[in-house]
Parts: sequence; structure tokens; C-alpha cells
Amino acid sequence: MNAGGLSEFVAMGGYGFYVWSSYAVAAVAVAFEIVAVRARIRAAVKSALRPDRAVSVPDDTQ
Amino acid sequence: MSSIAWFRLASPASFFPLARRLVPWFSAGAAVLAAAGLWLGLLVAPADAQQGDAYRIIFIHVPAAWMSMFIYVVMAFWCAVSLTFNTRLAAMLAQALAPTGAMFTVLALVTGAMWGKPAWGTYWAWDARMTSELILLFLYFGYMALRNAIDDPRRADRASAVLALIGAINVPIIYFSVKWWNTLHQGASVSLTSAPTMAATMLSGMLIMAFAAWFYAIAVALLRVQAIIVEREKNFRWSGELLRWIR
Repeated sequence: MNAGGLSEFVAMGGYGFYVWSSYAVAAVAVAFEIVAVRARIRAAVKSALRPDRAVSVPDDTQ
Repeated sequence: MSSIAWFRLASPASFFPLARRLVPWFSAGAAVLAAAGLWLGLLVAPADAQQGDAYRIIFIHVPAAWMSMFIYVVMAFWCAVSLTFNTRLAAMLAQALAPTGAMFTVLALVTGAMWGKPAWGTYWAWDARMTSELILLFLYFGYMALRNAIDDPRRADRASAVLALIGAINVPIIYFSVKWWNTLHQGASVSLTSAPTMAATMLSGMLIMAFAAWFYAIAVALLRVQAIIVEREKNFRWSGELLRWIR
């Protein structure tokens, strides 16, 4: 980083809006996808382990 | 005996624990590479002589655009495997890749717009590169919509695989569009056949971010394929494998 410090870094030579909105969109998209895919697995697992569907499941997690 | 082990892995329920074990490694790899790439791209690489700091969008834009095309090629490959050998796991891997490919396509288009405004004075132009990338997004959406529209998963596998393979013709069109047509979009940033024209720190930051995106795509696709396997393998007698997810 240059001598200008944080404010110069944030300003990105006047292109801060374009640069940071690009990085923000990427961060939000990645975070959203991770949350969504983990929620999808949990929903699928809960459905698969419902008593009316699942066979007896030995619990090896304890 | 190795052939037997290979075919065991092609069974979705056998692949499930392998996918689960691989995710942390690819996630950690993606995080480390992204941290290194962001450090290089935002703090080490100098401002561009012509574009100032606006060019730093490249560290998101180029990896996202590469992944949008690469994931489609991999998806089409698994579709071809599933059509040829009629294997469920191949179709599931294609199904798992599509949303991530669409996500990277959206990122490529949005970051391209955010770069286009300062570089060219416009967020969007109907030039060949941008239009063919937009078509790629519609191909991902079409693939996912077709899957969702067909109730029988095996029929959905076949129909969506045919669509994905037909759409694969668009990938070379995107890649070579900047050569074949006179586009507003610039030519390729990196070439295997000529010396790099970018500063070393810019180039290495971009390549490291591309590897980060690659590792991320593998990790999130391996997560999604677990969901798909559990959703589709209704008759499999799941042991304690699944309980880790709802602890």
C-alpha cells in the first residue's frame, strides 16, 4: 500500500465505487451460495432421515 | 481389483463420504489462495499506467469469466458421460456444477459492467463477447429449468444433458469472440503462446485468484452433490453418515 494509507486505499484512485462494488458482489454471491448449499444438504438429510422414510439409523456420532 | 474399486466410486452412495472428506481440503485451499491473491492484487500490484486502480476488478472478473466457461465444459463432459454410460453419478455431478457455473457467469457479467463503465464509458454493449457470455447464463438457467420441469430424475438427466451438450458450442464462441469479431471487449489477457504483457504481480495475483475460484468451485460442487445424492438416492440405507449434517 502507498503512503496515503487507508483512505487512499478505499478511494482506489477515484474508482472505489466500481472496484469495491465488484468485490462486494463477489463476496455476497459466494457467501450466499455457501449458505444456500448447506441449507439444501440439511433439508435433504432431514427429509431422508424422517421416521416414515428412513430405516433405523445407528448413531455413531457420540 | 482396481477396476472394482473404481466402479464402487461411481455409485452415488459410495461417492458421498469421499465428497464429504474432500470438501474441507478444497475449502481451505480456496481460502488460502484467495487471501494470497487478494493481498497481491489489492496491496502489492501497482496501479495500471492507463487504467489506474480500476483495473483491479480484473482479479475478480477474469477468474469468474474463466470459471463460467470452464465449469460449463466440465458440466457438458459429465453430461456426455451420463448419456454414454447411463451413470447416475455423472449426471449428479453435472447437476451440482450448474448453479456454481451460473454464479460465476453472473459475477463475470456484473464485474464486467463495473469495469466497462470506467474503461469504456458504458456498463453494457451488445458486442460478441458480452452477448455470448449472456447466452451462457441463459444456457445455465435453461439447463436448471429443464431439470426442474421434469419430475423423473433419470429423464431429467437425459434431456438436460442433451441441452447442455448442444449449448457447449457457445463456449468456443465466447472464447474466440474477441478474435472473430471486432469487439469493444479487449482481447485475451493471458496467452500460452506469447510472453505476458502484464506486470508480474498483476499476472500472478490473477492466476492465484483463478486457482482460488477453481478450488472454491470444486468445494461447493462437492457440497451440492451431497445434497443431490441424498435427495435422489431414496432407497439407499443411509447409516450414520448423514447424521453429521444435522447434529
